[in-house]
Amino acid sequence: MLIKISSLDVKYGYKTVLKNMNLTLDAGEIVTIVGPNGSGKTTLFKAIIGAIPISKGKIYTKPNLRIGYVPQQLKIDQTLPITVERFLKLAHKNFNKSLDKIEALLGSKDLLNIQVNNLSGGQMQKVLLARALINNPEILLLDEATRGLDQPGVASFYRNIENIRNSTNCAILMISHDLHVVMSSSNRVICVNGHICCEGAPESVATSPEYKALFGSDVDGTFALYRHHHDHKHDSKIER
Amino acid sequence: MLDDFMTRATLAGIGVSLAAAPLGCFVVWRRMAYFGEATAHAAMLGVAISLTFEFSILAGAILVSLIMASSVTILEGRSLFLDTLLGVAGHSSIAAGLVIVSFISGVRIDLMAYLIGDILAVSNMDILMIWIGVGIIFSLVIWRWSPLLLVTMSEDLASASGYNPKKENFVITLSLAIVVAVGIKVVGVLLIIALLIIPAASARSVASSPESMGIIAAVIGILSSILGLNSAYLFDTPTGPSIVCVASLFFFILMTVNVVFKNKN
Repeated sequence: MLIKISSLDVKYGYKTVLKNMNLTLDAGEIVTIVGPNGSGKTTLFKAIIGAIPISKGKIYTKPNLRIGYVPQQLKIDQTLPITVERFLKLAHKNFNKSLDKIEALLGSKDLLNIQVNNLSGGQMQKVLLARALINNPEILLLDEATRGLDQPGVASFYRNIENIRNSTNCAILMISHDLHVVMSSSNRVICVNGHICCEGAPESVATSPEYKALFGSDVDGTFALYRHHHDHKHDSKIER
Repeated sequence: MLDDFMTRATLAGIGVSLAAAPLGCFVVWRRMAYFGEATAHAAMLGVAISLTFEFSILAGAILVSLIMASSVTILEGRSLFLDTLLGVAGHSSIAAGLVIVSFISGVRIDLMAYLIGDILAVSNMDILMIWIGVGIIFSLVIWRWSPLLLVTMSEDLASASGYNPKKENFVITLSLAIVVAVGIKVVGVLLIIALLIIPAASARSVASSPESMGIIAAVIGILSSILGLNSAYLFDTPTGPSIVCVASLFFFILMTVNVVFKNKN
């Protein structure tokens, strides 16, 4: 077991953002978290990495757990000049020894000398993922990592994640920004709205009454595995 | 050699510019300009208290700046109007400081010396203090360089990498208080923020890495203090403002060169 969260409460001031969260994560598991905006998904991640104090409950992490964290976005001030190479160096003390590895993670060394501020959305996403993978994480936390990617981009990103899991047995905990699309290889889907509404295999969550109550009955049938998904209105006639 | 007031002034100016350079970069990167200014203003209250109770101005300035910076940092998490909070804390401190100083009878105190500095009057002791400050800030910043950069870019990434953002932020706050305190004699509480921001902002135009930006900022700061000092001597102008004027000149020149150069490409 890598992480065990038991009866976790998190408050911002007087406002309870997360209540009575329970979650365990084992090596090699892929768990997807869905939920509306402001439901506490990112807060849960921040609690796991220790960035915010918890009000109640416990977060047990395996001693010396190596966490690879991919934040929702990274906005670096325009005044800070820093290349991708230097940025990646900050994550890892033995950078030079594994330069090859970083090139492999990035797919090329073209990105290394680009200023972080000049990266496109997709490039930034690549860099953040590479950074998270540098120290061979035992768990990857992905916060809306597919935001800004087009459909083929999402598909190849999910394939990539699955490959990483298969080759390293790294656990994956990911927040999906799209309520209706969940990576097909997720072992579990957790639906969060300040607390855990429902959880289970992707198929069972999609049909659960709690999920329908949270996202409305019109989501019926729109919950899909990524490779079948089209979210444009004009596609619906053909697809559904 | 140290008997010459110009030599002493130059040594003091170089010291403060050196201390301000790396820290100024962080102030710029983290958009802490207003925070830095409020911290500097708070130092005036520290000066007033030290004058009243007759203890070290340096200690008083560091202490009050630290208290003010830490309390604002703590309050920041609880409320959203940091900007207003800084404005209230900084300006009420400087006002209170000036009022308190006016009550002190006996010694006639030259307020302007604290507001815009009086670098020509630095003693050997002041120089020693300034260079001790430089030493402390350099050790802190070099020791914590990587985590400080990471925290500056993303506190969450730093947390996930096992650093404590609060600790790293305190390093910045502490260094800021020290720079402000040692800078009072040189450019005063009103202008020390200029010595932090302007060299760093000038360096941004030409720097391609965080390290080079810090080094270029230091060079610009040192050149500004030497040129400013000498032009103040030549034209009989106030030294602190003259140093800041030269630094601003660097900023405009480098920015213009950068804009022209970029347009050409």
